[in-house]
Amino acid sequence: MATVTLKPIKTPELIFEGYSITPDAFAGKTAQQIAGLTGHEGKIVTTIGDFFEVSGNAGETAADTDIIINGDCARVKYIGSKMTAGSVTVNGNADMYLGGWMKGGKIYVTGNVDSFCGIQMQGGEILIDGDAKNHVGCAYRGDWRGMKGGTIRIRGSAGNDIGTFMLGGTIIIEKNAFIHVAPHAEGGTVIIKGDVEGRVGGQMVKGDMYVLGKIKFMMPGYQKVGTVEKEVDGVTQTFDHYIGDLGERHPKSKGQIVYANLYLKAAA
Amino acid sequence: MPKLIKGVGCPYCGSSCDDIEVLVSDDETKILEVHNACIIGNNLFHHANDPTRPKLPRMRQPDGSMKEIPYAEAVDWMAKTMLNAKKPLIYGFGSTNCEGMSAVARIAEKAGAVLDNCATICHGPSFLAIFDNGYPSCTLGEAKNRADVVVFWGCNPMHAHPRHTSRYSIFPRGYFTQKGQMQRTVLCVDPRETDTAKLADHHLMLDQGHDYELFDAFRTVLKGFEIPETVAGIPREKIKEAVEIMKKAKFCMIFFGMGCTHSDGRNHNVDAAISYTRDLNEHTKCSIMAMRGHYNIAGPGQVWSWQFGFPYCIDLSKGSHAHMNPGETSSVDLAMRDEVDCFVNVGTDAGAHFPIQAVQHLKKHPFITVDPNFCMASEIADLHIPVRIAGVDEPGVVYRMDNVPIQFRAVIKGLPGVPSDEELFDMVYERMCELTNTQPIWLAAKEDRKYPQNPAVS
Repeated sequence: MATVTLKPIKTPELIFEGYSITPDAFAGKTAQQIAGLTGHEGKIVTTIGDFFEVSGNAGETAADTDIIINGDCARVKYIGSKMTAGSVTVNGNADMYLGGWMKGGKIYVTGNVDSFCGIQMQGGEILIDGDAKNHVGCAYRGDWRGMKGGTIRIRGSAGNDIGTFMLGGTIIIEKNAFIHVAPHAEGGTVIIKGDVEGRVGGQMVKGDMYVLGKIKFMMPGYQKVGTVEKEVDGVTQTFDHYIGDLGERHPKSKGQIVYANLYLKAAA
Repeated sequence: MPKLIKGVGCPYCGSSCDDIEVLVSDDETKILEVHNACIIGNNLFHHANDPTRPKLPRMRQPDGSMKEIPYAEAVDWMAKTMLNAKKPLIYGFGSTNCEGMSAVARIAEKAGAVLDNCATICHGPSFLAIFDNGYPSCTLGEAKNRADVVVFWGCNPMHAHPRHTSRYSIFPRGYFTQKGQMQRTVLCVDPRETDTAKLADHHLMLDQGHDYELFDAFRTVLKGFEIPETVAGIPREKIKEAVEIMKKAKFCMIFFGMGCTHSDGRNHNVDAAISYTRDLNEHTKCSIMAMRGHYNIAGPGQVWSWQFGFPYCIDLSKGSHAHMNPGETSSVDLAMRDEVDCFVNVGTDAGAHFPIQAVQHLKKHPFITVDPNFCMASEIADLHIPVRIAGVDEPGVVYRMDNVPIQFRAVIKGLPGVPSDEELFDMVYERMCELTNTQPIWLAAKEDRKYPQNPAVS
């Protein structure tokens, strides 16, 4: 394994679109070559070297390459987007599209991330120690095939539109979420360990949601069907089981209508 | 002899009334009377008579005052400023014609700008819902001739679209709606008792910001399932009654406005409304329409979708492709996040409509306003370029709220020396081409151009 370390030396005047900061783009390159990789600041084509001090050469392949960014990247978009293997660690915050369209590998951010984290994700792991803004693991505008696989774990809170049009994979929000959890989803799992304002599973066709806190405003299209014991993230707990969204279309499987499941932690 | 011009389009709201009659002075420079228009449309025409209308661009001086400068100088400054910026933002276009929108798109391409229109703070979320879920819509003519149940959801046409109810939705007698209002059942969903709600047969006064839950309750009831006792503050029985009215309609028409697009959930509210419309079509005919605000705010959606594939929030900074993702490339987000370094406000008033923090960020960089009148955006601008008023002294194509194109006409002669939006943007485009040593291919390809004068076109 080879480690490439980036140290921010300049804050971009606008925003640096660092779409080249991925193990795939770095693979097989020396520190000097990596510094020459391009990015955009508005319409100006810049390089990674303009904003970061690069040290260490990359490995032969993406899987052999670890990227460590030591510093704040709150104005650097697209870190680790479309990556297939290897790892990216950001010791600080990251901007939009962190791990967007990613297929494999690992991303770890110690700070907060902005919106569109893990958009259209297909595989791999994203771990955020801080909070995420809106659209975690959602679909790109107009695409009805959202997140297909992989895991996103946000240790803090998240905003709205979590897992929109989700088809697979897992999203775990360890604190609270705002509104619109898994709208239009047709698969996948969303776990929210804190409270949610509302609109959990609106227009949802298929898939599972777990809420360990409270839901302030329940969707009228969900009905309680029983109480079940479930293991969530390693802990077994009792949940009230709801099915829905009854207003939405639902497919049939083996003669049975398939609904989306909402497991809301039962009152003690 | 004053002249009476008939069949004039009104450049105010999204209803784009095309039955206005305007009495103009003999020399076609003054508007004397305006017939048929609402009070706002009426005033809009009379504004053109204002003798204090700016006739020359005004540039901000180092001492903070504004000084009149020639058009050539303003065009040169605008071209240079936009070319020098890393990421300019061009915003507006609610109140201009499609010719201007098409011309500005070429500047945006040249300058690597973000191109956005008033939908971004208006019906932009409707576009997102339409991307996600389709748009089972119709024209206003169909609404007039067929609809016997009309739903106004989060909109107040009595104030925002004053003639909408009399021309299209409640009062007119159509082919299948010969009895007009007598034959129509009007539902209004609004947290406030608006004048439209007072006019409605049924007012569902929901809790503010709970439209999505109410749509979901409507859909659940329609599918035959039970719902909680109250949803969004409305009792179950009232919801069931409303669903029954819509189900039994011959043709149900849902009009929705800012109440859906700019309360929590935004595109999801509209998305749910579209799903509900689709569900209702299993029982009867149902259609849905966005109550677009300005007379040609549907225009940029049409023009730019044709040019770039996206209706708004179009980031052209890469030069190779257009990128669109509201939340990132939308004007207010770009401004709040300090992602742009030049702002061009065209035919709208960002100074009045944007959050103050967004305007404060935009003001750190060059700020250009293109507008026929003085407005808040022109008063804080570094450069204010006056143009003609589309629909009053400049003709052009506009798209009504139902995306029907209408040819608007000029009723009076334009102020001498003042260009139209289209001419101004073509001048800027030509200057940009000169500065970058490129060929003005767009002007060469434009056979009906007004600038530079084409001898082949009289």
